[in-house]
Amino acid sequence: MGSTTPAVEIVGLSFSYGARVALSDLGFTIARGEIFGLLGPNGGGKTTLFKLISTLVPLRQGDARILGFDLRNDTIALRRRLGVVFQHPSVDGKLTVAENLAHQGRLYGISGARLRERSAAMLEQLGLTVRAGDLVETLSGGLKRRVELAKSLLHEPDLLVLDEPSTGLDPTARREFLNYLTDLRDRQGVTIVLTTHHMEEAERCDRIGVLHQGRLVAIAPPPELKSRVGGDVVAIYAREPEALQKKIAARMQVTAVLVDGTLRVERPRGHEFVRDVVEAFGDEIESVTFGKPTLEDVFVHLTGHRFHAGAAEDVG
Amino acid sequence: MSEAGLQAGTLWLREITRFCRQRSRVIGSFLQPLVFWVLLGAGLKASFRPAGMPAGIDYFQYLYPGFIVLVLLFTAIFATISTVEDRREGFLQSVLVAPISRTTIVMGQALGGTTLAWVPSCIFLVLAPFAGISLGAGAAFFAALIMAIIAFALTCIGLTIAWKIESTQGFHAIMNLILIPIWLLSGAFWPIDGAPALLRWTMRLNPLTYGMAALRESLYAGNRGEMGSLPSMALSLAIAIAFAIATFALAARTARRAAAY
Repeated sequence: MGSTTPAVEIVGLSFSYGARVALSDLGFTIARGEIFGLLGPNGGGKTTLFKLISTLVPLRQGDARILGFDLRNDTIALRRRLGVVFQHPSVDGKLTVAENLAHQGRLYGISGARLRERSAAMLEQLGLTVRAGDLVETLSGGLKRRVELAKSLLHEPDLLVLDEPSTGLDPTARREFLNYLTDLRDRQGVTIVLTTHHMEEAERCDRIGVLHQGRLVAIAPPPELKSRVGGDVVAIYAREPEALQKKIAARMQVTAVLVDGTLRVERPRGHEFVRDVVEAFGDEIESVTFGKPTLEDVFVHLTGHRFHAGAAEDVG
Repeated sequence: MSEAGLQAGTLWLREITRFCRQRSRVIGSFLQPLVFWVLLGAGLKASFRPAGMPAGIDYFQYLYPGFIVLVLLFTAIFATISTVEDRREGFLQSVLVAPISRTTIVMGQALGGTTLAWVPSCIFLVLAPFAGISLGAGAAFFAALIMAIIAFALTCIGLTIAWKIESTQGFHAIMNLILIPIWLLSGAFWPIDGAPALLRWTMRLNPLTYGMAALRESLYAGNRGEMGSLPSMALSLAIAIAFAIATFALAARTARRAAAY
């Protein structure tokens, strides 16, 4: 907003928890007004990156400028322009919605008439006005999320950082939440950076960075990432996938990749391959799926791993 | 109001609001020491008279200031437990990314804890006549002031521990190992004079001993003859204030160095 410096500029950033490397040698830029998604399975490093950008954890290795502020030395100045939404609730259940907002405002140095005006505006925008006097602990999960968002936007930040924002939301509430974020960017030019392991959420971003084992393996708009997968994606489920893999290679000269027990083939005109492979090995195949590449396929293509394999938990 | 004042103020207000909405905490923090004082005092008064007791004072009276400090101690512990809960439940995250220094956060928490400890102890002060102590307005005010200083120091010790550890379970263990012994060795239960040499020295080195002595002197005000050999008021007050400042500095330093989990 009114500034030409990028929202996020990261160079040579690494981070370790003791001996465990969480992020290694990241470098990327996020433009002002962008909706940027950090996509990756749990443990991929995206929450660590969120903690660094949100100033929760100090930067140790590498350089980062957020909204033009040096992440190492200008954290207090940066925080005034930064809104943060955590994965785990940061609202106080024993306070009312209005009290939570008032408390948040004062932490950012806002008081008096301006605080009342900003609180009223946020309550209105997020449809919380009628619940303003209710204790937060009595609200539903979706409403609590909205209070979190109202809290983080009260001081009119230029950059909003969200960690797994749709955790615990049902699909409808998730869609509403994403609509609101898009609207926020469109109307107020707020830059939005979110971490996610939901493909649906990632699809809605202007660009996504794919994090795998602490490395940024790709960064591009979702359609471009999908175009990197060679044409269509065919997944074959078989009783003996390894045997079938060899037979397909021998008879059809096609390389099928074995990913967590499923044979995957990426190729143009996939429907013809489906016909051929079923004709040739119908007895050995349990099922075949065919489709345009999804971001999930992109992840497999980039890393050779299934996205949700080994993920600790998947909410929704 | 300055920004830091506004920030510390809102943290203080939140502590008070939460406390008032948890009625069992309000009642428990006050009733527990009261019951202990009545039972211990009544039970021991008849049969127990420690060596070195000031003349003209029975054990029930002797225990009274000790139990005022116990009220302060218990509520300070409860108040600092909320810091551990804030970390666990996530509330503190949003405070940590706000444009507020860790020292200001600790100041808000310390003032909140101090208030929560101090108010019930003032109710306890109203019971002075039951201990056979007649308090004028001036003496009561002075005693309340000393209680606030002690409450602040105890809260800051609690905060130092709360910023260091992760579970409330660990917190209880450490509290029992550190805070209760500090209280026991402050002259709450027995006078310094009658204790064995080693214990006497430990008590003299215990900073809380001086806060306790200042409180005792303010309660028995004007009856210098009843003092026994307590340290002078000036020394007691000076050490009590220095202790409060030092514990705050320690809590703020611990908070500045604490990792944001």
